[in-house]
Amino acid sequence: METLAMHISNGIIDGPVAAIFAALALAALTACVLRGRRDLDDRLAPMAGLVAAFIFAVQMLNFPIFTAGVSGHLLGGALAAMLVGPWVGALCVSVVLVVQALIFGDGGVAMLGLNITNMALIGTAAAYVLIAVLLRVLPRTRAGLAVTAFVAATLSVVVASQGFVLEYWLGGTTDLGNNLTGLAGTMAGVHLLIGIGEGLITATTVLTVAKVRPDLVYALRSLRAPATPAVPVAGGVR
Amino acid sequence: MKNRSWAFLAGGLLVALLLAGVVSNYASSHPDGLDSSLLKGCTVDADDNIVGGSCPAQQARDHEFADSPLADYGVRGVQNSFVSTGLSGVLGVLVTFAIGAGGFWLLRRRGTTPTGGDATTSAEGATPAADDAATSRAGTAG
Repeated sequence: METLAMHISNGIIDGPVAAIFAALALAALTACVLRGRRDLDDRLAPMAGLVAAFIFAVQMLNFPIFTAGVSGHLLGGALAAMLVGPWVGALCVSVVLVVQALIFGDGGVAMLGLNITNMALIGTAAAYVLIAVLLRVLPRTRAGLAVTAFVAATLSVVVASQGFVLEYWLGGTTDLGNNLTGLAGTMAGVHLLIGIGEGLITATTVLTVAKVRPDLVYALRSLRAPATPAVPVAGGVR
Repeated sequence: MKNRSWAFLAGGLLVALLLAGVVSNYASSHPDGLDSSLLKGCTVDADDNIVGGSCPAQQARDHEFADSPLADYGVRGVQNSFVSTGLSGVLGVLVTFAIGAGGFWLLRRRGTTPTGGDATTSAEGATPAADDAATSRAGTAG
């Protein structure tokens, strides 16, 4: 088995289903471009490039999880949603997945639509819904921000893993019989553990950015700004 | 952009380069959550190669670009695996940043500030107004 293959490989999902998801992903990404343009100004554009580069770097860092012989790595949807918002965030993760598929031979090119759907679209969307709810409910403190990032990241990974289960149900190349629930359970369990790692990385990164440049955290700008213009969370420079 | 933004960008890139260029060599080489789930039903040896049983992972076929010079996060021709992994990580971060930042820069919304003169500095000067606009939009959208 090749080292560091991290995404859906060719042959795992059949061609027609992969093609359908490629079309779906393309349509969704077009919507992200159209809506994301409204968020993208002179300040956010380079920041979004940095978020993509950072996600690429951290995705290389497979960490061990408690299950022996299994590793996990950041997906990045929650981190991107926090820092640059859901629309541009989904585009950031997609850029990473495209670079990995076209240059690093990771994740089949024919499977790109599936990988984008799970990690860039489902992961980011699930994370942003959770972020929007949690930031409004939790106290406006650093702890509140940390819990938001951790919980949104952890759960978004589990939800994204079920995207794969759905795709496998539609077009998996091995007949699992009626054992699809087994795959769902395995994927959910292992990704809950990976999600804890994702949560820790996301919370650490978001807290760091919020401390140095709170104005660069999209979620704080757009979800907390009305009542607290200067972002009390941080005690940062501003 | 102001100096402060450039400094943040440079600092962030440096962290990413260090993670991908150095720390990546200490990453776990075990199959990730997806791969391990697809290996269920098969037995694997110490190198995670399939030696028996039947599982979804056996259907995996070669990647279209399996012989890309940077395939599998290594630089072809570089013997030292530490250097090979690190260099591929550094190149990946730079390429991803170039495509990401370049693409987003081309997509960015323009004309929020009076044009003429240096658009980047005037945009930074107009930050509070831009933030207010973003806030009200998010309010209506959410």
